[in-house]
Amino acid sequence: MERNLILAFESSCDETSVAVVEDGKTILSNIVATQIKSHQRFGGVVPEVASRHHIEQITACIDLALSEAQVTYDDLSAVAVTYGPGLVGALLIGVTAAKTVAYAHQLPLIPVNHMAGHIYAARYVAPIEFPALALLVSGGHTELVYLAEPGQFEIIGETRDDAAGEAYDKIGRVLGINYPAGKEVDRLAHLGKDNFHFPRAMDKDDSFDFSFSGLKSAFINTVHHADQIGETLNREDLAASFQQAVVDVLADKTVRALKAFPVKQLILAGGVAANQGLRDRLTTELTQFPDVTFLKAPIKLCGDNAAMIGAAGYVSYQLNQFGDAGLNADPSLEFDWLETTQANA
Amino acid sequence: MKVLALDTSNRPLSVAVLSDDQVLATTTVTITQKHAAHLLPIIESLMKVAGLKPADLDRVVVADGPGSYTGLRIGVTTAKTLADTLKLQLVGVSSLATIAANVMTDNQLVAVFFDGRNDHVFAGVYRIKDQQPVTVIEDQHADFGDFLKRIADLNESVVVLGELSAFSERLKNVLADRYLQYPAAFNLPSAVQLARLGNSVAPVADINAFVPRYLRLTKAEADWQKQHPEEDSSNYVEKV
Repeated sequence: MERNLILAFESSCDETSVAVVEDGKTILSNIVATQIKSHQRFGGVVPEVASRHHIEQITACIDLALSEAQVTYDDLSAVAVTYGPGLVGALLIGVTAAKTVAYAHQLPLIPVNHMAGHIYAARYVAPIEFPALALLVSGGHTELVYLAEPGQFEIIGETRDDAAGEAYDKIGRVLGINYPAGKEVDRLAHLGKDNFHFPRAMDKDDSFDFSFSGLKSAFINTVHHADQIGETLNREDLAASFQQAVVDVLADKTVRALKAFPVKQLILAGGVAANQGLRDRLTTELTQFPDVTFLKAPIKLCGDNAAMIGAAGYVSYQLNQFGDAGLNADPSLEFDWLETTQANA
Repeated sequence: MKVLALDTSNRPLSVAVLSDDQVLATTTVTITQKHAAHLLPIIESLMKVAGLKPADLDRVVVADGPGSYTGLRIGVTTAKTLADTLKLQLVGVSSLATIAANVMTDNQLVAVFFDGRNDHVFAGVYRIKDQQPVTVIEDQHADFGDFLKRIADLNESVVVLGELSAFSERLKNVLADRYLQYPAAFNLPSAVQLARLGNSVAPVADINAFVPRYLRLTKAEADWQKQHPEEDSSNYVEKV
């Protein structure tokens, strides 16, 4: 039987990644060159520094992806690439390299939305069954996405201010944790108790939207106030209280969405999907929905990587959704809103 | 030898396809700001007109800096990816020298400027020898006034090319009758001249390590190095 191999590219933020994916479900290689150590010097991602690192890495990652997969260009069916959302200068390296490879070897080019990629990281656990609902939580995004059928992604709710991952990084800084802070806050949270009862913003609101800036401010104010009166707060309890507030809001909105939109699967994806507190909580909540299976993106594919782009790209490949040599990066690319929810919002 | 030459280092975008010294097809566009969207379609159409497939190429020549950081990365990423994926020779040539190569008069001094904002420039000074620009003052990022003084100190007639709009008054005042003005078209890079200069440059040994010559650190990196003078900043990216 013929196998379809996709060479996939991802460079939207601080990881340069190239992968070879077979039939959208088997990873033959997934090279990830991460710049985290570089940006940790600055306390966060510096876009121009990121772009400079991407161009240093890109062709070495291509070569390694092919050699590790033990394939040549002749074996490939298509080239897929993240064209947004993300940092424009960073995206441009992947887009330019992918277009060039597609042209050089006369392969079809598949533009992939980075967020669709995150969702399809879950495809490496099991096939996606439609309709499905995805909770996407990352450093740049927090959204609930409805998947009616393959290739259709519609937003039903999203954050109105900070992304959940962004809030983790900001409160992490207050706790003296370097970016990316999620993993360490998650670890501390498991050692502490929710004693501070931070606000759960918009939790009673009818929309499926999120808000995390109020929680972040409440956290920072609490710590600063304690500093002023010379009191030291328990870091573990602070982390636990913050994480509980985030998880409560994410879980409550997701449960409400599952009630409003009967689906076969709930997909948890994005960088913050690696958070153990969130994974555990949603697993518990899902017991109320015996007909819904819970598909969690594998922890090692929660961060940015090209394998997830290859999986999402394979869906476009089957639907004949191709781009051309004029493809440009679209830093503010988003899914469309599901019409009914936008009317309600 | 089949050569593809491309320059996207600033607002003008120039591409040429050559067979040895014969120009098969060339295009220069000055009005696009979307190099990422336009570069590859232009390469495709020129290659098609020239009757070449990508695999027919032997060499890619790219203007590798200085210039707009994003512009440089579009050209250099295209060139290094093409060279890597098709096993072609890759040659980098100064974006400033490419413009200096528009001048053919033997022994003529040529200064080329790109506007680096905040009264700074990316600039270099060349002397034309046997139709090749030979470096007199190294390509660099410099304060315009300081760089102009160094040119004036050469005490010689000089052709000044590049992005001059912010500097023309001071050039006239300081260099006076030693300032030789050429028609505006000479300020544009030509991928044909770029390919010609590329003929005498050895291909890069390590295509993967090839990056633009920005000639300037990012502000974050410069500040960090100032605070950590003893630390090596070369190994910050790791494969996981």
